[in-house]
Amino acid sequence: MKKQLIDFIITSTVMQTPSCGLIALKPINDTLPEIVPGQFVELSIDAVMLRRPISVCDVDYENNILFLLVRNAGKGTSRLLHLPVGSKVNIMLPLGNGFSTNGISFKPGVRTLLVGGGVGTAPMLYLGKKLKENGATVTFLTGAKSSAELLLVDAMKKVAPVAITTDDGSEGDKGFVVNSGIWNQPWDHVYCCGPSPMMKAVAALCKEKQVPCEVSLENMMACGLGACLCCVEKTVRGNVCVCSEGPVFDIKDLTW
Amino acid sequence: MVDLNVKIGELELKNPVMTASGTFGYGSEFADFIDLNRLGGFVVKGTTLHHREGNDYPRMAETPMGMLNAVGLQNKGVDYFINHIYPEIKDIDSQIIVNVSGASVADYVAVAEKIATLDKINAIEVNISCPNVKQGGMAFGTTTSGASEVTKAIRQVYPKTLIVKLSPNVTDITEIARAVESEGADSVSLINTLLGMAVDVERQRPILSTVTGGLSGPAVKPVAVRMVWQVSHAVKIPVIGLGGISCGADAMEFILAGASAIQVGTANFFNPRVTMEIIDYLADYCKRHGVCSINELIGALKV
Ligand SMILES: Cc1cc2nc3c(=O)[nH]c(=O)nc-3n(C[C@H](O)[C@H](O)[C@H](O)COP(=O)(O)OP(=O)(O)OC[C@H]3O[C@@H](n4cnc5c(N)ncnc54)[C@H](O)[C@@H]3O)c2cc1C
Ligand SMILES: Cc1cc2nc3c(=O)[nH]c(=O)nc-3n(C[C@H](O)[C@H](O)[C@H](O)COP(=O)(O)O)c2cc1C
Ligand code: FES
Repeated sequence: MKKQLIDFIITSTVMQTPSCGLIALKPINDTLPEIVPGQFVELSIDAVMLRRPISVCDVDYENNILFLLVRNAGKGTSRLLHLPVGSKVNIMLPLGNGFSTNGISFKPGVRTLLVGGGVGTAPMLYLGKKLKENGATVTFLTGAKSSAELLLVDAMKKVAPVAITTDDGSEGDKGFVVNSGIWNQPWDHVYCCGPSPMMKAVAALCKEKQVPCEVSLENMMACGLGACLCCVEKTVRGNVCVCSEGPVFDIKDLTW
Repeated sequence: MVDLNVKIGELELKNPVMTASGTFGYGSEFADFIDLNRLGGFVVKGTTLHHREGNDYPRMAETPMGMLNAVGLQNKGVDYFINHIYPEIKDIDSQIIVNVSGASVADYVAVAEKIATLDKINAIEVNISCPNVKQGGMAFGTTTSGASEVTKAIRQVYPKTLIVKLSPNVTDITEIARAVESEGADSVSLINTLLGMAVDVERQRPILSTVTGGLSGPAVKPVAVRMVWQVSHAVKIPVIGLGGISCGADAMEFILAGASAIQVGTANFFNPRVTMEIIDYLADYCKRHGVCSINELIGALKV
């Protein structure tokens, strides 16, 4: 998959919560390249020097629109969320490996659970759509601090059932995603993205249940291309770059 | 046609624009964005005798107009380079320069001897200035005796173009430059990263796993230009300038200050096409200033 540098225009930014916005972007001249769920993009933002990595949340090929779900985490993301509609943003994409969505284990009806915590829910929407297209049975599980901070629930509901947990119990099961009743059902494959303690808890649960699990890591990056070796994660093969050999890893490969 | 050819010792570059070690992988990482054959040269990742895992994560922190890194020379070792990477890149029509690192003089010599056997590699850049490894690295680059010792030993086994990469973390960089020149270095490149540090105030911890790291990017450019200016007046061998170059005018600053060639590092991260833009700028600059060869502009600063 050839990586490209494309100028996009922001066509809308809709705040989902006070700190998270869904940004829609359209390429100025080009058409969107093919993107695998779980891949990410690197945006050039004028307030900071290095590009910022953001997962692909959804792709609308018909209307040539890329969706990114962005949490205000600091200088760069704050600027990005405040850029007015019509602003030009240079984006490098598609980057990284992405989740596995077909292959031998994906016979029709395979039961997949897509677990997202906070803004880590972002890649799950597009992943759910692709998995469904490929004949899998999809269930989303999403967690947040409270009902008001849940993300993308309506969009996910259009694709598949959504199980919810909140830390304070204001919606769905009370507790963390690993406390959801949904784990009592049998699963063939689990996908997970969220804060590191959450992914570690999900990975531990999947190991215990002997369910294959893929997680998407968010190590800090400089180049996004596998050139600088800044973003490494310890794996059974030694230190590997999250940007080029990830961001998605089979938990069997990690040293967690 | 403007002539952008420059020479570094016996090494001929089709233009003065190279990429800096550790910031450009082995070239192929950027092949989707640029034509590698257009580069004057590219310096591959720091190579050591044995495989190195590098430092623990986190290895980087962005700072105002710059970044700190503490990669710690992660690489698979010189034999892996020779057997697996060299065959993949040797036919690129550009000068490939291997950046050599070691923890002891014997390590440096062993790597240099092995690289000397590779046909398509006409130069090495000896890194005596890495701030991110405990042993060796910068230790050799911060004293004239250390720098001389490494250069002398490598010179005995390496017949092709020998570039020594200098550390800016010294009181007088011209002393070190003169020391390596007198031991037979064909060129010096400068600067490597400046030793720096950043703190996460909420967690009250250093951001880097190694506490300190190397500062690079536009923030270091004025320091680098100053050092290139000083060194180019102190030695007769050609100087390669780098540190914070992120556009054609930045490259021109170094050339006017005395650099015969330049390297681009951190800027590749935020603008993967920057090297091509710089080459175009230099050709256009020569035209605008009515010179036929870029060589007329090296050290042409009017003071
Ligand atoms: C592959 C990948 C996919 C990502 N997907 C998304 C996404 O879909 N939506 C989203 O909102 N965020 C995502 N992130 C995280 C996002 O990149 C960071 O939040 C962002 O880079 C912070 O930049 P900033 O300038 O706003 O913050 P800064 O001002 O640079 O830093 C603010 C704080 O954020 C921390 N930080 C900086 N970079 C990162 C990082 N890469 N990961 C985590 N913390 C960081 C810093 O340590 C600091 O404490 C992803 C990261 C990666 C690596
Ligand atoms: C992530 C990273 C890794 C680096 N690795 C090496 C290395 O292996 N060997 C070396 O001599 N210099 C290394 N450097 C230093 C650069 O080659 C260069 O000297 C420095 O970054 C200044 O140039 P810049 O400001 O254009 O980046 C590294 C720099 C960075 C940012
Ligand atoms: S961010 Fe540079 S190698 Fe991953």
